[in-house]
Amino acid sequence: MDLIANHIFHRFGDLAVLDDVSFTVSAGEVVAIVGPSGCGKSTLLSILGGLLQPTSGAPELRGTPPVDSLNPLTFVFQDFALLPWATVEENVEFPLLHTQLSAAQRRALVEDALRRTGLTDFRKTYPKQLSGGMRQRVGISRALAVKPAILLMDEPLSALDSQTRELLMEDFVRLLADGGMGAVYVTHNLEEAARLADRIVVLSRRPGRIREVVAVPMTRAERGEIAAREKLLALQNQIWSLIRNEAIDAEREVQHA
Amino acid sequence: MLDRAGTPAKDDTTRRVRFRGAGFVPASSRFGGWIALALVIAIWQAAGSAGLVNPLFLPAPSAIVHAIYELAISGALWQHLSASILRIGVGWVLGTTAGVAVGFAIGLSRLARSVGITFISALFPIPKIALLPLLILWLGIGEEPKIATIALGVFFSTAISVYSGVDAVPRNLIRMAQSFNVPFATIVRKVVWPGALPAILAGFRITASVALLLVVSAEMIGAQYGIGAFVLQAGNLMQTDQLLAGVVILSVFGLVVGRVINLLEIKLLHWR
Repeated sequence: MDLIANHIFHRFGDLAVLDDVSFTVSAGEVVAIVGPSGCGKSTLLSILGGLLQPTSGAPELRGTPPVDSLNPLTFVFQDFALLPWATVEENVEFPLLHTQLSAAQRRALVEDALRRTGLTDFRKTYPKQLSGGMRQRVGISRALAVKPAILLMDEPLSALDSQTRELLMEDFVRLLADGGMGAVYVTHNLEEAARLADRIVVLSRRPGRIREVVAVPMTRAERGEIAAREKLLALQNQIWSLIRNEAIDAEREVQHA
Repeated sequence: MLDRAGTPAKDDTTRRVRFRGAGFVPASSRFGGWIALALVIAIWQAAGSAGLVNPLFLPAPSAIVHAIYELAISGALWQHLSASILRIGVGWVLGTTAGVAVGFAIGLSRLARSVGITFISALFPIPKIALLPLLILWLGIGEEPKIATIALGVFFSTAISVYSGVDAVPRNLIRMAQSFNVPFATIVRKVVWPGALPAILAGFRITASVALLLVVSAEMIGAQYGIGAFVLQAGNLMQTDQLLAGVVILSVFGLVVGRVINLLEIKLLHWR
């Protein structure tokens, strides 16, 4: 199943946020979206996932999702969006409650999702008892439970400290390797983009337009090797040079607002 | 070059940095409050026993306890208390049920919000006891107008705390649920209801005291039985010990209700 951004425009009142954004995420592909702050990255992701109505244009799906997928387009949120009154396993089970699955089937899916994110021993804990990294693992586990075709990740690591980020990044690489899932990964962190994405969509400052689409010419497995570091760094620098001046402008604009 | 002629000689003595972070962390000690209360009662009793206070104006605590005891064994205590509890109970449940329903409607529906908030804003400030005479005209002189007064008072506070609670449910949780295609009714049941519960329970605390206030007022205006009627009657007969016995019973009743709400909060909001 492919996810297509088809000429998406968006305005908040008088403020133009997105200006004719089009691209395709092919089945199993990981596309990162980067750009200066306020360029509409998160807005674009909400539109792609059907949580926000674009002013014009539309998000589209092509092809059929995997048969066992319960929610083909599944979000992982920056702020985790966990139910504070529910335990880890209740949070992971939450998106399954309204499905036709039997209790035993639900349990099996929850079990599998908890195991893949290393949360099995924390099933009875409440979110407030967990560190930020573990909370986001719950968010990821919940997303895995519904067997998504494409994960929509909205800065999933930006609320975490750098060590936790590093650990979760390794988890993402592993999960994307064995899941056959695609992903749209919104981030302001170019290193994350270069580590995870097959292609990187670079947006201009507001109103966000596609400035460039950069392909990462390495498999994700290769990127973990020391030899790849220099290449990845060069790639990050290349993208940063595209963004830098606009990021400065965007920063000033925010401060004067 | 800087001119160092004026700098003092090098000082090698070590001094401890003065601690200056004390205070502004009021911690309540477990027994402090009870000791203070016991002390006040003891002084009051001593003043009464020593004849320093006219018992007609302020009877000693022992006289109040005795009055409560007399009321209890004569059966009058239960007669008055049960009448009040019945009115509060029925009125509170009716007002709360309607308030929760209307509060949720206002919190969830655009139409209900625009209509509901206007009406609530217009009617909430009315002291509900002022409506008692009208309610007596409408409903007769039995229990109904008193119960209706309590229900009205409880309804408005509940509706307001419920829709504020619904408004305070983090939108990101609702969006999360929508992103998993969770149906509306399940979102209300599994996200909005538990999310609004802290505000709803806080509202219960307020409506419990509103109900108590209104039951006493209504009973003072027109009732044969009930703690309010009893207190008024005792006042008219200058039976100050009986009067204060009624006041103490009301206070204990309020404390018990508060305690029940505390327990509810501990049970239902343990995740906080």
